[in-house]
Amino acid sequence: MKILVCISKTPDTTAKIAFTDNNTKFDTNGVQWIINPYDEWYSLVRAIELKEKDTSTAIHLVTVGGVDAEPIIRKALALGGDEAFRINADSHDSYYIASQIAEIANQGSYDIIFTGKETIDYNGSSIGGLLAGLLNKPYVALATKFELSGTKAVVTREVDGGEEVCEVELPVVVSCQKGIAEQRIPNMRGIMAARTKPLKVSEPVAADTLTSITSFSLPPAKAGVKLVPADNVEELVRLLHEEAKAF
Amino acid sequence: MSVLIFIDAADGHVKKASFEVLSYGSKVAEQLGTSAEAVVLGSVTEDLTSLGKYGVKKIHQVSNDLLNHLDSQVYTNVIAQVAQATGAKVIVFSNNVDGKAIAPRLSAKLKAGLVSGAVALPETASGFVVRKTVFSGKAFASISINTDIKIIALNPNAYQVTVGEGTAEVVPFNATVETAKVKVVNVSKASGEVPLTEAEIVVSAGRGMKGPENWGIIEDLAKALHAATACSRPVADAHWRPHNEHVGQTGIAIAPNLYIAVGISGAIQHLAGVNRSKIIVVINKDPEAPFFKAADYGIVGDAFEVVPKMTEAIKKIKG
Repeated sequence: MKILVCISKTPDTTAKIAFTDNNTKFDTNGVQWIINPYDEWYSLVRAIELKEKDTSTAIHLVTVGGVDAEPIIRKALALGGDEAFRINADSHDSYYIASQIAEIANQGSYDIIFTGKETIDYNGSSIGGLLAGLLNKPYVALATKFELSGTKAVVTREVDGGEEVCEVELPVVVSCQKGIAEQRIPNMRGIMAARTKPLKVSEPVAADTLTSITSFSLPPAKAGVKLVPADNVEELVRLLHEEAKAF
Repeated sequence: MSVLIFIDAADGHVKKASFEVLSYGSKVAEQLGTSAEAVVLGSVTEDLTSLGKYGVKKIHQVSNDLLNHLDSQVYTNVIAQVAQATGAKVIVFSNNVDGKAIAPRLSAKLKAGLVSGAVALPETASGFVVRKTVFSGKAFASISINTDIKIIALNPNAYQVTVGEGTAEVVPFNATVETAKVKVVNVSKASGEVPLTEAEIVVSAGRGMKGPENWGIIEDLAKALHAATACSRPVADAHWRPHNEHVGQTGIAIAPNLYIAVGISGAIQHLAGVNRSKIIVVINKDPEAPFFKAADYGIVGDAFEVVPKMTEAIKKIKG
């Protein structure tokens, strides 16, 4: 069994969101970088759990990013990947990024490709679908459970108002979200081992970019909270009904 | 040339998110001086012609039982056929569970630039620029789509449904439909409950509830408002509530008209998932809870006293 896990570097969830260069670039000043939580907690950990059940499983990691993405990919290796690829490119266009990952995927004949359901910075939710499209492989989005049964994957996915269980022959591309695995913390042995695990750097292949960011903006600040005394709940309900017209 | 809108239906019913994309897509067509057409896949029991009131002129229906369950590969190939036949230059999806599965795949197939999570109409005066949420709702980015065909996935609850006059012409579309590789073997849906992402009102609770046995008052309030229930991350992690109720940066992002947060302190990660809500009400006994800074209305008080009183007062108004 060979699993490819897509890893993205994102700002920490508490990072201050600000922009520079006339609001055209994200201000990285003082930002702590983390593995995108959906990539780490869900897709990577689920891959590790599958390897724990079948130790012959190989887990490869891939990231598209500059040299500053290396601490992130090392941390992912410390959690449990076997080897990693970094494609030395910096892009915010999901088609370009997916094209780079597709190249690695084509070389490795993977049984499973995991992505997070989205990154917490650009919230595109699109790498999994793009990748599946480029590779012409089946795709299950927003998975909350993933099991193997022979040459099939049994995947539970979110649908509006509930869940669906699907079966699909491998190979498959799956985007993972909460429920599929529990968060883990790397241990010292993993951190030491990660230092010597292979991290292969390659230059990007030629690919098109279909979109470009023109500017960023911040939402307008709230006017301030209107507090109602706790002994006058009826007044709050009246305000919601008459002033805010919220119900 | 046309704007093609994907009508999302499940179990024979058109989803609310589809009314939003129909309204949005029709407006885009108007902006571009072209016509709005739509595509619907699988069996639909509802009357589709009435969807014309949202501005769509023509609906292409591919009624094939193979399309009653979503396989992104099959759906993408069918939509691509419709897009080609209608000469679609802009294709609009809802950025809901189905849109997230199909739109990126179609983007790869047609090599059409995609903006997912759109919150506004495109600026089309020069170029084609769409505003979307980034950093989990903490900011917006304007994205230029630089390809001939453009795909937009509109965030649920981000665009006001507009109702006018008119009926749509429903025409059968004869598409090649292959057999799904992803086979649905079991469906479990909570019947009668409002799906979280489609809910106009959400009642959410956090650790302040002290334990899962105390959720009755939250459910009562939700019921009185015909609202969906949600929870904070610690609550889902402690298995007090199911994971699919977890809203926040690493859970589900929602944008209801009214979000009532009970006993949730308002960590930045939680706010990221709910800050697009139109009205936020916070009930917390800690006056220093950071959530009050992001709220429109609030009560500093004990949830166990305040919430049942709210339910009563709402019932009185609603009769």
